[in-house]
Amino acid sequence: MIGPIGVSVSAGFMENYAIGWRGGFTLRWLAEVWSAYGSTVMASITIASATVFTTILIAVPCAYALARSKKAWALWFEELITLPVAVPGLASALALILVYGELRWFRQHLAFILVGHVIFTLPFMVRVVAAAFRRRELLAIEEVAATLGASFWQRFSGLLLPAVLPSILSGALMVFTLSIGEFNLTWMLHTPLTRTLPVGLADSYASMRIEIGSAYTFVFLIVVLPMLWLMQLSERVLVKRYA
Amino acid sequence: MASRWQPFLLAPALVVFAAFWLLPMARLIALPAEKAWDSYFVVLTQPAYLLSLINTLLLSLAVTLVSLVLGAAVGLFLARHRFAGRRMLLGVLTLPLSFPGVIIGFFVILLGGRQGLIPSLSDTMGFGRWTFAYSFIGLFLAYVYFSLPRAISAYAAAAEAIDVSLEDCARTLGASAWHIVRDVWIPELAPTTIACGAIIFATAMGAFGTAFTLASKFDVLPITIYSEFTNYANFAFAASLSISLGLVTWAALALSRRKGAYAALGL
Repeated sequence: MIGPIGVSVSAGFMENYAIGWRGGFTLRWLAEVWSAYGSTVMASITIASATVFTTILIAVPCAYALARSKKAWALWFEELITLPVAVPGLASALALILVYGELRWFRQHLAFILVGHVIFTLPFMVRVVAAAFRRRELLAIEEVAATLGASFWQRFSGLLLPAVLPSILSGALMVFTLSIGEFNLTWMLHTPLTRTLPVGLADSYASMRIEIGSAYTFVFLIVVLPMLWLMQLSERVLVKRYA
Repeated sequence: MASRWQPFLLAPALVVFAAFWLLPMARLIALPAEKAWDSYFVVLTQPAYLLSLINTLLLSLAVTLVSLVLGAAVGLFLARHRFAGRRMLLGVLTLPLSFPGVIIGFFVILLGGRQGLIPSLSDTMGFGRWTFAYSFIGLFLAYVYFSLPRAISAYAAAAEAIDVSLEDCARTLGASAWHIVRDVWIPELAPTTIACGAIIFATAMGAFGTAFTLASKFDVLPITIYSEFTNYANFAFAASLSISLGLVTWAALALSRRKGAYAALGL
Protein backbone atom coordinates (compact mmCIF):
# COMPACT_ATOMS: atom_id res chain seq x y z
CA MET A 1 0.00 0.00 0.00
CA ILE A 2 2.76 2.37 0.97
CA GLY A 3 5.22 1.42 -1.80
CA PRO A 4 3.69 3.44 -4.64
CA ILE A 5 3.42 6.50 -2.37
CA GLY A 6 7.15 6.28 -1.64
CA VAL A 7 8.06 5.87 -5.31
CA SER A 8 5.87 8.81 -6.26
CA VAL A 9 7.26 11.12 -3.60
CA SER A 10 10.88 10.31 -4.39
CA ALA A 11 10.39 10.58 -8.16
CA GLY A 12 9.34 14.20 -7.68
CA PHE A 13 12.86 15.05 -6.51
CA MET A 14 14.80 13.12 -9.15
CA GLU A 15 16.48 14.93 -11.99
CA ASN A 16 15.35 12.07 -14.23
CA TYR A 17 13.03 9.23 -13.18
CA ALA A 18 14.34 6.90 -15.90
CA ILE A 19 17.89 7.14 -14.48
CA GLY A 20 16.87 7.24 -10.83
CA TRP A 21 18.88 8.78 -8.01
CA ARG A 22 22.12 8.60 -10.05
CA GLY A 23 20.74 11.55 -12.01
CA GLY A 24 20.78 13.71 -8.90
CA PHE A 25 18.42 15.55 -6.59
CA THR A 26 16.47 18.63 -7.63
CA LEU A 27 13.77 21.00 -6.41
CA ARG A 28 13.18 22.28 -9.93
CA TRP A 29 10.05 20.19 -10.52
CA LEU A 30 8.51 21.39 -7.29
CA ALA A 31 9.05 25.00 -8.36
CA GLU A 32 7.49 24.28 -11.75
CA VAL A 33 4.46 22.69 -10.12
CA TRP A 34 4.05 25.72 -7.92
CA SER A 35 4.12 28.16 -10.81
CA ALA A 36 1.82 26.11 -13.06
CA TYR A 37 -0.62 24.69 -10.51
CA GLY A 38 -0.14 26.72 -7.32
CA SER A 39 -3.59 28.28 -7.69
CA THR A 40 -5.30 24.88 -7.51
CA VAL A 41 -4.35 24.49 -3.86
CA MET A 42 -6.28 27.58 -2.80
CA ALA A 43 -9.15 26.76 -5.16
CA SER A 44 -9.57 23.31 -3.61
CA ILE A 45 -9.41 24.58 -0.04
CA THR A 46 -11.92 27.33 -0.89
CA ILE A 47 -14.34 24.92 -2.53
CA ALA A 48 -14.06 22.32 0.22
CA SER A 49 -14.66 24.95 2.94
CA ALA A 50 -17.57 26.48 1.04
CA THR A 51 -19.05 23.00 0.52
CA VAL A 52 -18.85 22.27 4.24
CA PHE A 53 -20.41 25.64 5.08
CA THR A 54 -23.26 25.25 2.57
CA THR A 55 -24.08 21.66 3.50
CA ILE A 56 -24.22 22.54 7.20
CA LEU A 57 -26.49 25.48 6.44
CA ILE A 58 -29.01 23.51 4.39
CA ALA A 59 -28.61 19.99 5.81
CA VAL A 60 -29.06 20.67 9.53
CA PRO A 61 -32.61 22.14 9.29
CA CYS A 62 -33.49 19.48 6.72
CA ALA A 63 -32.17 16.70 8.96
CA TYR A 64 -34.24 17.99 11.86
CA ALA A 65 -37.42 18.11 9.79
CA LEU A 66 -36.79 14.58 8.50
CA ALA A 67 -35.99 13.23 11.96
CA ARG A 68 -39.20 14.61 13.46
CA SER A 69 -41.49 13.52 10.66
CA LYS A 70 -43.21 10.16 10.89
CA LYS A 71 -44.64 10.36 7.41
CA ALA A 72 -43.59 8.13 4.56
CA TRP A 73 -42.51 11.01 2.36
CA ALA A 74 -39.68 11.84 4.78
CA LEU A 75 -38.05 8.47 4.14
CA TRP A 76 -38.74 8.89 0.47
CA PHE A 77 -37.10 12.31 0.45
CA GLU A 78 -34.03 11.01 2.27
CA GLU A 79 -33.81 8.27 -0.34
CA LEU A 80 -34.11 10.78 -3.15
CA ILE A 81 -31.30 13.08 -1.99
CA THR A 82 -29.03 10.03 -1.67
CA LEU A 83 -29.34 9.26 -5.38
CA PRO A 84 -26.40 11.51 -6.42
CA VAL A 85 -24.15 9.11 -4.48
CA ALA A 86 -25.61 6.00 -6.13
CA VAL A 87 -25.40 7.45 -9.65
CA PRO A 88 -21.89 8.06 -11.07
CA GLY A 89 -20.67 11.64 -10.67
CA LEU A 90 -20.10 11.78 -14.40
CA ALA A 91 -23.86 11.58 -15.02
CA SER A 92 -24.71 14.30 -12.48
CA ALA A 93 -22.05 16.56 -13.98
CA LEU A 94 -23.29 16.00 -17.55
CA ALA A 95 -26.80 16.85 -16.39
CA LEU A 96 -25.62 20.08 -14.74
CA ILE A 97 -23.78 21.12 -17.90
CA LEU A 98 -26.80 20.36 -20.09
CA VAL A 99 -28.97 22.74 -18.08
CA TYR A 100 -26.58 25.44 -16.87
CA GLY A 101 -23.70 25.21 -19.33
CA GLU A 102 -24.97 28.17 -21.33
CA LEU A 103 -24.90 30.56 -18.38
CA ARG A 104 -21.36 31.83 -19.02
CA TRP A 105 -20.65 33.60 -15.72
CA PHE A 106 -21.89 30.60 -13.73
CA ARG A 107 -20.12 28.04 -15.92
CA GLN A 108 -16.80 29.87 -15.51
CA HIS A 109 -17.13 30.47 -11.78
CA LEU A 110 -15.95 28.23 -8.94
CA ALA A 111 -19.59 28.20 -7.84
CA PHE A 112 -20.35 25.77 -10.69
CA ILE A 113 -18.03 23.22 -9.10
CA LEU A 114 -19.38 24.13 -5.68
CA VAL A 115 -22.98 23.19 -6.53
CA GLY A 116 -21.76 19.83 -7.85
CA HIS A 117 -19.89 19.15 -4.61
CA VAL A 118 -22.83 20.26 -2.48
CA ILE A 119 -25.22 17.92 -4.28
CA PHE A 120 -22.79 15.02 -3.94
CA THR A 121 -21.98 15.56 -0.23
CA LEU A 122 -25.40 16.70 1.02
CA PRO A 123 -26.73 13.16 1.76
CA PHE A 124 -23.71 12.38 3.94
CA MET A 125 -24.34 15.42 6.12
CA VAL A 126 -28.13 14.95 6.24
CA ARG A 127 -27.91 11.31 7.28
CA VAL A 128 -25.27 11.78 9.95
CA VAL A 129 -27.11 14.72 11.54
CA ALA A 130 -30.58 13.17 11.18
CA ALA A 131 -29.36 10.06 12.99
CA ALA A 132 -28.26 12.31 15.87
CA PHE A 133 -31.61 14.14 15.97
CA ARG A 134 -33.42 10.78 16.10
CA ARG A 135 -31.81 9.68 19.36
CA ARG A 136 -34.54 8.82 21.82
CA GLU A 137 -33.21 10.72 24.82
CA LEU A 138 -32.98 13.88 22.76
CA LEU A 139 -36.62 13.48 21.79
CA ALA A 140 -37.58 13.17 25.46
CA ILE A 141 -35.57 16.24 26.51
CA GLU A 142 -37.11 18.24 23.70
CA GLU A 143 -40.60 17.25 24.77
CA VAL A 144 -39.86 18.30 28.34
CA ALA A 145 -38.58 21.67 27.13
CA ALA A 146 -41.67 22.11 24.98
CA THR A 147 -44.05 21.35 27.87
CA LEU A 148 -42.15 23.86 29.98
CA GLY A 149 -42.97 26.46 27.34
CA ALA A 150 -39.71 26.76 25.40
CA SER A 151 -40.41 28.10 21.92
CA PHE A 152 -39.28 26.24 18.84
CA TRP A 153 -36.26 28.49 18.30
CA GLN A 154 -35.28 28.25 21.96
CA ARG A 155 -35.35 24.49 21.70
CA PHE A 156 -33.52 24.40 18.39
CA SER A 157 -30.67 26.75 19.24
CA GLY A 158 -30.33 26.16 22.99
CA LEU A 159 -30.87 22.45 23.18
CA LEU A 160 -30.79 20.60 19.90
CA LEU A 161 -27.87 22.27 18.13
CA PRO A 162 -25.39 21.74 20.99
CA ALA A 163 -26.57 18.14 21.29
CA VAL A 164 -25.92 17.29 17.64
CA LEU A 165 -22.72 19.35 17.34
CA PRO A 166 -20.40 16.29 17.42
CA SER A 167 -22.36 14.74 14.54
CA ILE A 168 -22.21 17.98 12.56
CA LEU A 169 -18.46 17.96 13.07
CA SER A 170 -17.99 14.41 11.86
CA GLY A 171 -20.25 15.22 8.93
CA ALA A 172 -18.12 18.27 8.17
CA LEU A 173 -14.95 16.19 8.21
CA MET A 174 -16.49 13.67 5.83
CA VAL A 175 -17.73 16.38 3.48
CA PHE A 176 -14.37 18.17 3.47
CA THR A 177 -12.51 14.94 2.68
CA LEU A 178 -14.90 14.03 -0.12
CA SER A 179 -14.81 17.51 -1.62
CA ILE A 180 -11.05 17.93 -1.63
CA GLY A 181 -10.51 14.62 -3.45
CA GLU A 182 -13.53 14.81 -5.77
CA PHE A 183 -12.67 14.23 -9.41
CA ASN A 184 -15.57 12.48 -11.18
CA LEU A 185 -17.82 15.52 -11.16
CA THR A 186 -15.12 18.14 -11.01
CA TRP A 187 -13.30 17.16 -14.18
CA MET A 188 -16.48 17.74 -16.18
CA LEU A 189 -17.39 20.94 -14.38
CA HIS A 190 -14.00 22.68 -14.39
CA THR A 191 -12.77 25.31 -16.85
CA PRO A 192 -9.14 26.41 -17.42
CA LEU A 193 -9.73 29.16 -14.85
CA THR A 194 -11.45 26.99 -12.26
CA ARG A 195 -9.18 24.07 -11.49
CA THR A 196 -9.02 22.10 -8.27
CA LEU A 197 -6.18 19.93 -6.97
CA PRO A 198 -7.38 16.61 -8.45
CA VAL A 199 -8.13 18.33 -11.77
CA GLY A 200 -4.65 19.85 -11.87
CA LEU A 201 -3.16 16.47 -10.99
CA ALA A 202 -4.95 14.76 -13.87
CA ASP A 203 -3.84 17.54 -16.21
CA SER A 204 -0.21 17.24 -15.15
CA TYR A 205 -0.27 13.43 -15.52
CA ALA A 206 -1.61 13.76 -19.03
CA SER A 207 0.56 16.58 -20.32
CA MET A 208 3.70 17.00 -18.20
CA ARG A 209 6.88 15.06 -17.48
CA ILE A 210 6.51 12.17 -15.07
CA GLU A 211 8.75 14.01 -12.55
CA ILE A 212 6.39 17.00 -12.50
CA GLY A 213 3.43 14.70 -11.92
CA SER A 214 5.31 13.14 -9.01
CA ALA A 215 6.25 16.47 -7.49
CA TYR A 216 2.62 17.57 -7.78
CA THR A 217 1.44 14.37 -6.11
CA PHE A 218 3.87 15.19 -3.30
CA VAL A 219 2.33 18.66 -3.00
CA PHE A 220 -1.13 17.10 -2.80
CA LEU A 221 -0.10 14.72 -0.04
CA ILE A 222 1.74 17.42 1.93
CA VAL A 223 -1.24 19.79 1.73
CA VAL A 224 -4.11 17.39 2.20
CA LEU A 225 -2.96 14.70 4.62
CA PRO A 226 -1.89 16.98 7.52
CA MET A 227 -5.12 18.91 7.09
CA LEU A 228 -7.19 15.74 7.32
CA TRP A 229 -5.21 14.47 10.31
CA LEU A 230 -5.61 17.78 12.10
CA MET A 231 -9.34 17.81 11.46
CA GLN A 232 -9.66 14.18 12.57
CA LEU A 233 -7.77 14.99 15.75
CA SER A 234 -9.86 18.04 16.59
CA GLU A 235 -13.03 16.12 15.81
CA ARG A 236 -12.01 13.33 18.18
CA VAL A 237 -11.17 15.79 20.96
CA LEU A 238 -14.43 17.70 20.52
CA VAL A 239 -16.55 14.58 20.28
CA LYS A 240 -14.96 13.25 23.46
CA ARG A 241 -15.70 16.49 25.27
CA TYR A 242 -19.29 16.93 24.14
CA ALA A 243 -20.61 13.43 23.60
CA MET B 1 -43.60 19.28 17.33
CA ALA B 2 -42.12 21.34 14.60
CA SER B 3 -44.83 20.75 12.06
CA ARG B 4 -45.47 24.47 11.59
CA TRP B 5 -41.80 25.00 10.80
CA GLN B 6 -41.27 21.93 8.72
CA PRO B 7 -41.75 23.46 5.26
CA PHE B 8 -39.29 26.24 6.07
CA LEU B 9 -36.73 23.82 7.43
CA LEU B 10 -36.89 21.60 4.38
CA ALA B 11 -37.09 24.37 1.81
CA PRO B 12 -33.37 25.25 1.44
CA ALA B 13 -32.25 21.66 0.86
CA LEU B 14 -35.23 20.96 -1.37
CA VAL B 15 -34.65 24.03 -3.54
CA VAL B 16 -30.93 23.35 -3.99
CA PHE B 17 -31.54 19.68 -4.72
CA ALA B 18 -34.36 20.34 -7.18
CA ALA B 19 -32.48 23.08 -9.03
CA PHE B 20 -29.10 21.38 -9.28
CA TRP B 21 -29.93 17.70 -9.45
CA LEU B 22 -33.57 16.87 -10.13
CA LEU B 23 -34.05 19.37 -12.94
CA PRO B 24 -30.70 18.61 -14.63
CA MET B 25 -31.32 14.86 -14.30
CA ALA B 26 -34.78 15.21 -15.83
CA ARG B 27 -33.17 17.01 -18.75
CA LEU B 28 -30.53 14.28 -19.08
CA ILE B 29 -33.17 11.54 -19.03
CA ALA B 30 -35.32 13.33 -21.62
CA LEU B 31 -32.44 14.09 -23.97
CA PRO B 32 -32.10 10.76 -25.85
CA ALA B 33 -35.85 10.83 -26.66
CA GLU B 34 -35.35 14.05 -28.63
CA LYS B 35 -33.11 12.18 -31.03
CA ALA B 36 -34.98 8.89 -31.32
CA TRP B 37 -36.70 6.55 -28.92
CA ASP B 38 -34.24 3.75 -29.53
CA SER B 39 -31.37 6.01 -28.41
CA TYR B 40 -32.06 4.71 -24.91
CA PHE B 41 -30.75 1.29 -25.88
CA VAL B 42 -27.55 2.24 -27.72
CA VAL B 43 -25.48 0.57 -25.01
CA LEU B 44 -26.97 -2.76 -26.14
CA THR B 45 -27.44 -2.14 -29.84
CA GLN B 46 -24.09 -0.61 -30.80
CA PRO B 47 -21.26 -3.16 -30.65
CA ALA B 48 -18.61 -0.63 -29.56
CA TYR B 49 -20.70 0.48 -26.58
CA LEU B 50 -21.69 -3.07 -25.74
CA LEU B 51 -18.03 -4.08 -25.66
CA SER B 52 -17.25 -1.14 -23.41
CA LEU B 53 -20.08 -2.18 -21.07
CA ILE B 54 -18.90 -5.80 -20.97
CA ASN B 55 -15.31 -4.66 -20.32
CA THR B 56 -16.49 -2.51 -17.42
CA LEU B 57 -18.70 -5.25 -15.96
CA LEU B 58 -15.93 -7.87 -16.12
CA LEU B 59 -13.33 -5.52 -14.69
CA SER B 60 -15.64 -4.47 -11.85
CA LEU B 61 -16.58 -8.06 -11.01
CA ALA B 62 -12.94 -9.15 -10.95
CA VAL B 63 -11.99 -6.17 -8.78
CA THR B 64 -14.88 -6.85 -6.38
CA LEU B 65 -13.98 -10.54 -5.96
CA VAL B 66 -10.28 -9.96 -5.39
CA SER B 67 -10.78 -6.97 -3.08
CA LEU B 68 -13.28 -8.91 -0.95
CA VAL B 69 -11.01 -11.95 -0.61
CA LEU B 70 -7.89 -9.91 0.19
CA GLY B 71 -9.82 -7.48 2.37
CA ALA B 72 -11.40 -10.32 4.37
CA ALA B 73 -8.04 -12.01 4.91
CA VAL B 74 -6.28 -8.82 6.06
CA GLY B 75 -9.29 -7.49 7.98
CA LEU B 76 -9.81 -10.75 9.89
CA PHE B 77 -6.11 -10.96 10.68
CA LEU B 78 -6.07 -7.41 12.03
CA ALA B 79 -9.20 -7.99 14.09
CA ARG B 80 -7.93 -11.19 15.68
CA HIS B 81 -4.33 -10.32 16.43
CA ARG B 82 -3.08 -7.78 18.92
CA PHE B 83 0.43 -6.54 18.25
CA ALA B 84 2.46 -3.36 18.54
CA GLY B 85 1.75 -0.95 15.70
CA ARG B 86 -1.54 -2.65 14.80
CA ARG B 87 -3.50 0.62 14.82
CA MET B 88 -0.81 2.27 12.75
CA LEU B 89 -0.84 -0.58 10.24
CA LEU B 90 -4.62 -0.24 9.90
CA GLY B 91 -4.14 3.50 9.45
CA VAL B 92 -1.55 3.03 6.71
CA LEU B 93 -3.62 0.37 4.94
CA THR B 94 -6.68 2.60 4.88
CA LEU B 95 -4.77 5.78 3.98
CA PRO B 96 -5.66 5.65 0.25
CA LEU B 97 -9.35 6.08 1.15
CA SER B 98 -8.83 9.84 0.94
CA PHE B 99 -6.88 9.78 -2.35
CA PRO B 100 -8.57 10.79 -5.59
CA GLY B 101 -8.59 8.02 -8.19
CA VAL B 102 -6.26 9.97 -10.50
CA ILE B 103 -3.40 9.64 -8.00
CA ILE B 104 -3.81 5.88 -7.89
CA GLY B 105 -3.79 5.77 -11.67
CA PHE B 106 -0.53 7.70 -11.58
CA PHE B 107 0.98 5.23 -9.09
CA VAL B 108 0.32 2.47 -11.60
CA ILE B 109 1.96 4.56 -14.36
CA LEU B 110 5.04 5.03 -12.16
CA LEU B 111 5.23 1.28 -11.61
CA GLY B 112 4.14 -0.11 -14.96
CA GLY B 113 4.06 2.78 -17.43
CA ARG B 114 6.45 3.49 -20.29
CA GLN B 115 9.16 4.75 -17.92
CA GLY B 116 7.95 2.55 -15.04
CA LEU B 117 9.98 0.59 -12.52
CA ILE B 118 8.70 -2.85 -13.42
CA PRO B 119 9.19 -2.54 -17.21
CA SER B 120 12.82 -1.46 -16.70
CA LEU B 121 13.28 -4.29 -14.21
CA SER B 122 11.84 -6.88 -16.60
CA ASP B 123 14.04 -5.37 -19.33
CA THR B 124 17.28 -5.78 -17.38
CA MET B 125 16.24 -9.33 -16.55
CA GLY B 126 15.96 -10.01 -20.25
CA PHE B 127 12.18 -10.38 -20.61
CA GLY B 128 11.72 -7.19 -22.60
CA ARG B 129 9.82 -4.11 -21.39
CA TRP B 130 6.56 -5.26 -19.81
CA THR B 131 4.37 -2.14 -19.79
CA PHE B 132 1.08 -3.14 -18.22
CA ALA B 133 -0.20 0.23 -16.92
CA TYR B 134 -2.55 0.96 -19.81
CA SER B 135 -3.99 -2.53 -20.19
CA PHE B 136 -6.61 -4.51 -18.26
CA ILE B 137 -3.96 -5.43 -15.68
CA GLY B 138 -3.07 -1.79 -14.97
CA LEU B 139 -6.70 -0.79 -14.47
CA PHE B 140 -7.34 -3.90 -12.40
CA LEU B 141 -4.40 -3.19 -10.05
CA ALA B 142 -5.39 0.46 -9.65
CA TYR B 143 -9.02 -0.39 -8.88
CA VAL B 144 -8.01 -3.03 -6.34
CA TYR B 145 -5.63 -0.57 -4.68
CA PHE B 146 -8.50 1.88 -4.56
CA SER B 147 -11.10 -0.47 -3.08
CA LEU B 148 -8.96 -2.61 -0.78
CA PRO B 149 -8.84 -0.05 2.08
CA ARG B 150 -12.62 0.02 2.23
CA ALA B 151 -12.84 -3.78 2.29
CA ILE B 152 -10.13 -4.07 4.95
CA SER B 153 -11.75 -1.56 7.30
CA ALA B 154 -15.22 -3.05 6.78
CA TYR B 155 -14.06 -6.61 7.52
CA ALA B 156 -11.89 -5.52 10.46
CA ALA B 157 -14.90 -3.78 12.03
CA ALA B 158 -17.24 -6.70 11.29
CA ALA B 159 -14.83 -9.33 12.61
CA GLU B 160 -14.38 -7.38 15.85
CA ALA B 161 -18.13 -7.59 16.30
CA ILE B 162 -18.37 -11.38 15.89
CA ASP B 163 -19.32 -13.02 19.15
CA VAL B 164 -16.26 -15.04 20.16
CA SER B 165 -18.41 -17.43 22.18
CA LEU B 166 -19.98 -18.73 18.96
CA GLU B 167 -16.58 -19.85 17.81
CA ASP B 168 -15.59 -21.23 21.22
CA CYS B 169 -18.85 -23.11 21.35
CA ALA B 170 -18.32 -24.64 17.93
CA ARG B 171 -14.78 -25.65 18.87
CA THR B 172 -15.89 -27.30 22.11
CA LEU B 173 -18.45 -29.26 20.13
CA GLY B 174 -15.60 -30.56 18.00
CA ALA B 175 -15.96 -28.46 14.85
CA SER B 176 -12.92 -28.40 12.59
CA ALA B 177 -11.29 -25.14 11.43
CA TRP B 178 -13.10 -25.43 8.09
CA HIS B 179 -16.42 -25.99 9.81
CA ILE B 180 -15.92 -22.83 11.87
CA VAL B 181 -15.14 -20.85 8.76
CA ARG B 182 -18.17 -22.24 6.96
CA ASP B 183 -20.74 -22.16 9.78
CA VAL B 184 -19.61 -19.17 11.87
CA TRP B 185 -17.46 -16.78 9.90
CA ILE B 186 -19.11 -16.86 6.51
CA PRO B 187 -22.67 -16.36 7.83
CA GLU B 188 -21.55 -13.72 10.34
CA LEU B 189 -19.64 -11.81 7.68
CA ALA B 190 -22.26 -12.21 4.94
CA PRO B 191 -23.89 -8.78 5.47
CA THR B 192 -20.49 -7.09 5.27
CA THR B 193 -19.62 -9.06 2.15
CA ILE B 194 -22.83 -8.12 0.37
CA ALA B 195 -22.77 -4.46 1.40
CA CYS B 196 -19.09 -3.92 0.77
CA GLY B 197 -19.18 -5.92 -2.46
CA ALA B 198 -22.01 -3.79 -3.83
CA ILE B 199 -20.16 -0.60 -3.04
CA ILE B 200 -16.89 -1.77 -4.55
CA PHE B 201 -18.72 -2.96 -7.65
CA ALA B 202 -20.69 0.29 -8.05
CA THR B 203 -17.61 2.43 -7.44
CA ALA B 204 -15.58 0.43 -9.96
CA MET B 205 -18.34 0.71 -12.57
CA GLY B 206 -18.47 4.49 -12.24
CA ALA B 207 -14.78 5.15 -11.56
CA PHE B 208 -13.68 7.98 -13.78
CA GLY B 209 -10.47 9.36 -12.27
CA THR B 210 -8.46 6.14 -12.35
CA ALA B 211 -9.74 5.23 -15.78
CA PHE B 212 -9.01 8.74 -17.05
CA THR B 213 -5.29 8.36 -16.32
CA LEU B 214 -5.01 4.73 -17.47
CA ALA B 215 -7.62 3.74 -20.05
CA SER B 216 -5.94 4.42 -23.34
CA LYS B 217 -6.07 0.85 -24.67
CA PHE B 218 -8.75 -0.73 -22.53
CA ASP B 219 -12.06 1.06 -22.96
CA VAL B 220 -14.40 1.41 -19.98
CA LEU B 221 -17.88 2.92 -19.97
CA PRO B 222 -17.15 6.18 -18.08
CA ILE B 223 -14.39 6.97 -20.59
CA THR B 224 -16.69 6.11 -23.50
CA ILE B 225 -19.29 8.52 -22.11
CA TYR B 226 -16.68 11.21 -21.59
CA SER B 227 -15.32 10.98 -25.12
CA GLU B 228 -18.82 10.89 -26.66
CA PHE B 229 -19.55 14.10 -24.81
CA THR B 230 -16.33 16.06 -25.26
CA ASN B 231 -14.74 14.68 -28.42
CA TYR B 232 -17.84 14.04 -30.52
CA ALA B 233 -20.34 16.39 -28.84
CA ASN B 234 -22.79 13.51 -29.06
CA PHE B 235 -24.91 14.64 -26.12
CA ALA B 236 -27.85 12.30 -26.71
CA PHE B 237 -25.71 9.15 -26.72
CA ALA B 238 -23.60 10.38 -23.79
CA ALA B 239 -26.83 10.93 -21.86
CA SER B 240 -28.19 7.52 -22.85
CA LEU B 241 -24.98 5.75 -21.79
CA SER B 242 -24.95 7.69 -18.48
CA ILE B 243 -28.49 6.52 -17.80
CA SER B 244 -27.50 2.90 -18.46
CA LEU B 245 -24.44 3.19 -16.22
CA GLY B 246 -26.46 4.96 -13.51
CA LEU B 247 -29.08 2.19 -13.58
CA VAL B 248 -26.42 -0.49 -13.10
CA THR B 249 -24.74 1.23 -10.13
CA TRP B 250 -28.03 2.22 -8.56
CA ALA B 251 -29.39 -1.33 -8.92
CA ALA B 252 -26.26 -2.83 -7.36
CA LEU B 253 -26.61 -0.57 -4.33
CA ALA B 254 -30.38 -0.91 -4.13
CA LEU B 255 -30.28 -4.73 -4.22
CA SER B 256 -27.89 -4.84 -1.30
CA ARG B 257 -29.24 -1.94 0.70
CA ARG B 258 -31.28 -4.09 3.03
CA LYS B 259 -27.88 -5.39 4.06
CA GLY B 260 -26.66 -1.93 4.84
CA ALA B 261 -24.71 -0.90 1.76
CA TYR B 262 -25.34 2.74 2.54
CA ALA B 263 -24.15 2.30 6.10
CA ALA B 264 -20.87 0.91 4.78
CA LEU B 265 -20.47 4.06 2.69
CA GLY B 266 -20.74 6.13 5.85
CA LEU B 267 -24.29 7.22 5.04
